[in-house]
Amino acid sequence: MTLLIAILSILFIVLTFMVVSKTQAILKGLTKSEVEDSEYLGAPDKFNSANGVGLFAFWIISIVGIVWSFVAYKKDFLPEASSVHGKETDYWFWVSMIVIMIGFFIVNTFLFLFSYLYRHNKNRKVTFYTHNNNLEIIWTTVPAIVMAGLVFSGLRVWTKITSEAPANAEQIDIMGKQFGWTVRYAGVDDNQFGKYNYKLMDDAGGNPMGVDFSDPNSFDDFSNASEMHIPKGKPVLLKIRARDVLHSVFIPHMRVKMDAVPGMPTKFWFVADKSTADMRAELGKPGFNYEIACTEICGRSHFGMKLLLVVDEPADYEKWKKSQKPLLTENPDLLNKVPDNLKAKAQKYVASDEPAEEVVPEVVASRVLGNSNKVLK
Amino acid sequence: MSAVSQVEVHEHSEHAHEEHHELGFIRKYIFSEDHKVIAKQYLISGIVWALLGAFMSLVFRLQLGFPDMDMAWMKPFLGDWISLDDKGLGKLDPNFYLALVTMHGTIMVFFVLTAGLSGTFSNFLIPLQIGARDMASGFMNMLSYWIFFISSVIMFVSLFIKTGPAGGSWVIYPPLSALKEANPGSGDGMTLWLVSMALFIVSSLLGGINYVTTVINLRTKGMSMDKLPLTIWAFTFTAVLGILSFPVLLSAALLLIFDRSFGTSFYLSDIYINGQALPNQGGSPILFQHLFWFLGHPEVYIVILPALGLTSEIIATNSRKPIFGYKAMIFSMAGIMFLAFIVWAHHMFVTGMNPFLGSVFMLLTLIIAVPSAVKGFNYITTLWKGNIIFTPAMLFAIGLVSFFISGGLTGIILGNSALDIQLHDTYFVVAHFHLVMGSAAIFGMLAGVYHWFPKMFGRMMNNAMGYIHFWITFIGVYLVFFPMHYIGIAGFPRRYYQWSGFETFNTYMDLNAFITIAAIITVFAQIVFILNFVYSIFWGKKATANPWKSNTLEWTTPINPGHGNWPGEIPTVYRWPYDYSKPGAPDDFIPQNVPFSATPESNLPEENELIEKEEEINSIKFDTSLHD
Repeated sequence: MTLLIAILSILFIVLTFMVVSKTQAILKGLTKSEVEDSEYLGAPDKFNSANGVGLFAFWIISIVGIVWSFVAYKKDFLPEASSVHGKETDYWFWVSMIVIMIGFFIVNTFLFLFSYLYRHNKNRKVTFYTHNNNLEIIWTTVPAIVMAGLVFSGLRVWTKITSEAPANAEQIDIMGKQFGWTVRYAGVDDNQFGKYNYKLMDDAGGNPMGVDFSDPNSFDDFSNASEMHIPKGKPVLLKIRARDVLHSVFIPHMRVKMDAVPGMPTKFWFVADKSTADMRAELGKPGFNYEIACTEICGRSHFGMKLLLVVDEPADYEKWKKSQKPLLTENPDLLNKVPDNLKAKAQKYVASDEPAEEVVPEVVASRVLGNSNKVLK
Repeated sequence: MSAVSQVEVHEHSEHAHEEHHELGFIRKYIFSEDHKVIAKQYLISGIVWALLGAFMSLVFRLQLGFPDMDMAWMKPFLGDWISLDDKGLGKLDPNFYLALVTMHGTIMVFFVLTAGLSGTFSNFLIPLQIGARDMASGFMNMLSYWIFFISSVIMFVSLFIKTGPAGGSWVIYPPLSALKEANPGSGDGMTLWLVSMALFIVSSLLGGINYVTTVINLRTKGMSMDKLPLTIWAFTFTAVLGILSFPVLLSAALLLIFDRSFGTSFYLSDIYINGQALPNQGGSPILFQHLFWFLGHPEVYIVILPALGLTSEIIATNSRKPIFGYKAMIFSMAGIMFLAFIVWAHHMFVTGMNPFLGSVFMLLTLIIAVPSAVKGFNYITTLWKGNIIFTPAMLFAIGLVSFFISGGLTGIILGNSALDIQLHDTYFVVAHFHLVMGSAAIFGMLAGVYHWFPKMFGRMMNNAMGYIHFWITFIGVYLVFFPMHYIGIAGFPRRYYQWSGFETFNTYMDLNAFITIAAIITVFAQIVFILNFVYSIFWGKKATANPWKSNTLEWTTPINPGHGNWPGEIPTVYRWPYDYSKPGAPDDFIPQNVPFSATPESNLPEENELIEKEEEINSIKFDTSLHD
């Protein structure tokens, strides 16, 4: 590489010198060819036609290049959509793309064609044409109508995507931090998240997500910092938060992106319709994995904030959930955080690996994490 | 810097004999109140910054195109930012990568395309084209440049401090930019960034108020608003945008300074960092984003409108044809200016902002495409049946129109909130704005330099070198930014040091390498321009008073206009600036100061009626003396 750079720079210096010496020659040539009006230094020179032809030639070559490169690189465009809304946004992406491509080719063609057709010619009589209100009206309304069409299709899709998540949605608490993601599940016993509070966060004490262990709902909560599992075909609601700086959850295949904001929980819901196994079969890549990336600059290792996403068949998903160990089990020291009156209830998660038989009484109102956070204050 | 002083020395000898009251060297060329000198100061500062910004982009492009490259050879000038691994391979520090990205953005958007472009051409052309002796306040104008200079020095110094310059990207979103623990660039580098930008805003406001005042108050006799060249309209709209939006950035920056240094919580809430929960609660990072983009979005029009204004003038002159739809052009610029203020949140569709707001901003954003399209169509129709002279300026102007169209179209996709979900913060966005505002505005600036060089320095730039410069740059820019859309469509996120950690982004290594090579060639092609620029200042062919046969007033000044611009009375204006190739006229241009009574052969019927009014215009009495 260094060599390449060196060669390029040498090449460039040589070129520059050539350019300068050529310029001198051309300069002399130009002064000779000058006629008529010595005041008119901006008169078309001998390169004028070449430049006009060149612009059009550039455009023709560009069209070939664009078509070729599009075909050559198309296969990695928009990685295969694996969510229901993703198929819809992809469809509208390509519709919009066709619309703008038509505009792109037509308008650029006129620009470069006119450059070629009307390059300077002594004998041409220029048309003194200052304005045409009808033309202005036409080319104001046509784009306006096209825009209106795109806006309304976009609005419809956007409203659907950002609507309230269905009540049966599988909720996952996902938190961004420098530099990684941690997910938390509500647990299999009560299916209720325990509250959290950033003041309870304690990396050394095994509570990076600030789970509040005075809330009995938290006892069966489990978390994972390397994988997120979601069920196929079932709505998934990501409850997104960040604990230090801004992050952004980006799941390319799911067409999911939402910022994670400290102090302001956000959310995004979607339905994955292809499991990891489905995709492996479809793409013919046995090693395929869905990935979650960060798309809001967050510091040094922004580029390394990866979390694997596994889309399971619903039954497998339930099985996986059951196999996960609650936070209390993983880290029995957390029992110290549990108030004395609840210790007995918490004890069983610490004592044994067995899933609890006793079901914790359900809390009636389904709480939003952000609210519970405020309640704590 | 030596180039600057040489230019000044040269200018000095050129002008010395024309001056009535001789000012000292310092008052005349350093702390000058003359708009032409200030314009050149802005231009040269802008070019220096542009080169620095461009070379920064090459460093991070090498990292992106060739992530495995041994960068040890850059150690002599990057020092500790290149670390050697155990095999002796030099690696770019990821924090410094972010700092480079941040500085590239900041420098290009603010120091080059705001100060370098508006500062140069608004200063240079407003008094010359409206027929004024100077700016409304020469002193404020001088302050504006020197405050900008101090701001530049502070930003430049920040490059050399131990923790590096600001590293939170040019949008400096808190909490990253607010917490020293979060990133080394958020320490002293960020402090310097904020101080520098605060000064920059002061400078920009001083300039902007001056531009608007000058255009409103100092037009020469007969120069009614409907006879202003489109350049002046563009500069005026730009100045208004700046005056109304920059103060909002200043307030955003001030609140950030408070959060950083005085323990307030405007943008901070619920933060746990470095094993500690911070006491800040109740603030909102989203608030900062709203404030930032309230400037940030108008800023892109602050960047592009002057370029479009320059292009209008250059395209009309070199097509030897009136600009098509003069009034439509003004209305579309006015429309763009108005809409520019109410589309800012399209940068924030996926920040967690209320989705309903997203819908509103999507609607408004797509409306702004309409006046932009109208401008494009008008340029193209101006070319139609013209007689085009491809000066380097004209080539760059045509390049601008092409970039503006190509880059603008992808904005239709990004402005659609549903489609933006996938594309937000990917290379699709990078490609989009580099074409539509970055390259287009730079092309406008270059076109302006080529076109007005004879008026600035009294000499011509070399055409052949101009053509070479244009062709390499034009092709190069497309080769850099066209493939970048592909990378964006594949989902590659911005501001990534490398992508190889992700299977999803593990493709397109060849495209990234290709883009890097194209970028290197394009940036090095600018050497041709620099050589041409410097060479022509001293040894270029001597210019004539009106080398392009143009209509606007600046070409009625002497070849090297002195202080006060016109030695005698300021010319009176009788007609619009676009009477090119008028049927019946002996020559293919009629300058604005030629009365209709002198051109009976080419007057339109309604223009014959205006002849009676000429007496009235002539008898207007302005006090045009300079108040010192």
